[in-house]
Amino acid sequence: MSSLSASETVAAGTGPAAPPPPGAGGTWAVQVRDVHITYRVPRDPRANTLRYRLTRPSGRRDLVREVKALRGVSIEVAHGSVLGVVGANGAGKSTLMRAVAGILPPSSGEIEVHGRISTLLALGVGFNGNLSGRENVVLGGLAAGLSRRQIAKRYQQIADWADLGDFIDMPMKTYSSGMYGRLAFAVSTHMEPDVLLIDEALSAGDAKFKRKSYDKIQELVAQARTIFLVSHAVATIRELCDDCVWLHRGRVMMRGDPEEVTAAYIRFQEVGEDAVVLEDV
Amino acid sequence: MSDTTADRRAAARVVPDRPLEHHLFQARRAGLPHVPAYLRQLWERRQFVHEMARSTLRAQNYTSFFGQLWLVLNPLLLGCVYYVLVDILGTGARQPDYFAKLLAGLFAFNFFSACLGQCAGSVIGSSRLIMNSSFPRLLLPITQIVIAFMRFLPSMVVFLVVHEVEGLPWSWPMLAALPAFVCLALFGAGLGFLTATVQVYFRDFANFLPYVIRIWLFLSPVLWALEDQQARGGNKALLISLNPLSPMLGTWGDALVRGRFAHPGWLVTGGCWGAGAFLVGILVFLWREREFAVRL
Repeated sequence: MSSLSASETVAAGTGPAAPPPPGAGGTWAVQVRDVHITYRVPRDPRANTLRYRLTRPSGRRDLVREVKALRGVSIEVAHGSVLGVVGANGAGKSTLMRAVAGILPPSSGEIEVHGRISTLLALGVGFNGNLSGRENVVLGGLAAGLSRRQIAKRYQQIADWADLGDFIDMPMKTYSSGMYGRLAFAVSTHMEPDVLLIDEALSAGDAKFKRKSYDKIQELVAQARTIFLVSHAVATIRELCDDCVWLHRGRVMMRGDPEEVTAAYIRFQEVGEDAVVLEDV
Repeated sequence: MSDTTADRRAAARVVPDRPLEHHLFQARRAGLPHVPAYLRQLWERRQFVHEMARSTLRAQNYTSFFGQLWLVLNPLLLGCVYYVLVDILGTGARQPDYFAKLLAGLFAFNFFSACLGQCAGSVIGSSRLIMNSSFPRLLLPITQIVIAFMRFLPSMVVFLVVHEVEGLPWSWPMLAALPAFVCLALFGAGLGFLTATVQVYFRDFANFLPYVIRIWLFLSPVLWALEDQQARGGNKALLISLNPLSPMLGTWGDALVRGRFAHPGWLVTGGCWGAGAFLVGILVFLWREREFAVRL
């Protein structure tokens, strides 16, 4: 749903015919270079209040602890790839997605993305549950920087794809999780993304939705659009992806063929937490 | 791997034959973004602000008949409450245009306090949106300011009716209320951007805010006339003259109720406060907004 970074340097409008931007890798859609992301989590839930600060002015350094979500991740993804991202809970998958989307700023390192970014992240899409699906589609498009005319042009395709019937004009709080997922997927894939980031968003739907979403992903890939797919469903990764990365505690454990990476990941899950980073072996 | 996957691998080496945006996300948690690019993105999303404000008001039933009726009744009732309060506490000797002056000041101050209050919750209240999509975060408080303005407009209808009923003069100097309101809106927006930022760092800030606003109301020329208090001199007059809202609301009330523009200096002072607060508010918000996603 987003196509820009509010917080980072953005230079839009370059294409194959234009001079390549600094550091452009030609065939690379996304380049992640030694990215670290550290969250600062309050030790005490009350620490981010005025009352706490005023009553405990000293010991400020002890107020937060640092959680290193990504530790030196470097990956390059070519245009037209479908990159599966696997890993246990807390591995840094969602953080990586948000960093590539420009939502989370890296603590160090840099990320370069060539193309319009669209996100379909774990918490879902939608601005206001009190608003109808139609209104949320319009708001999503406007937030992504599209004009009303562009949204109107895409709206029918989105509504047809989501296939919500009369529910499209009802408040989104009345939607089932499957309906919610269908609309979110329809919006993010119809915004003509060059880089689409999907985080655990395909699991909510029924078999028909899954088949349709797989077909839509294939259609996007055929147009040389790049997709990042986070999923715990190994079968989905194997069916849809042509490349795969396995993250563990913020580091890349393995990168390569989805069959091999997911097989190693499953073995690792069964063996336990005591493995070394396989890229280092 | 299937043939389809093999075909994809071959296609993967092809650079798309379409114009591509370029994004570079670098390590810099705080600091100003590229301001011209940021403002351009903000401008490109101006329709979002309008649509979001309209949709929010519609979701709160403010577009229905009773919703709109409430938007008119609410400020009128509030005006009556303060009128009774001042009548009980005061000596009873007031100018004949007092009720109109009270309403004018109260409605403008309500708009200002709505800017601060609604902006304070704008970033925190949109945490899902912020964690899931990338867009200029300044859109969120701006939307709240537009909503506050849309709610303010019906109250002005109430004022104009009271103005006519009381037989107050209609004259060209009344137009001086417009620049005074612009000053107030800029000042409210600037402080709104600040409250939105502060609320991210101190989650109980919104609990303190109503008390600050209430005290600010009593220190502003809403329940009393600016000229009267300044004429008395002393520390209180000094404090009142230091209040940034004094010149703005003073000009506003003078122009709207009495149809006069006797103190251009007030407008200049108000303009300086408004522009200064707006600039500082924007810079602080832009400076910190990169950290919002980490803090939410």
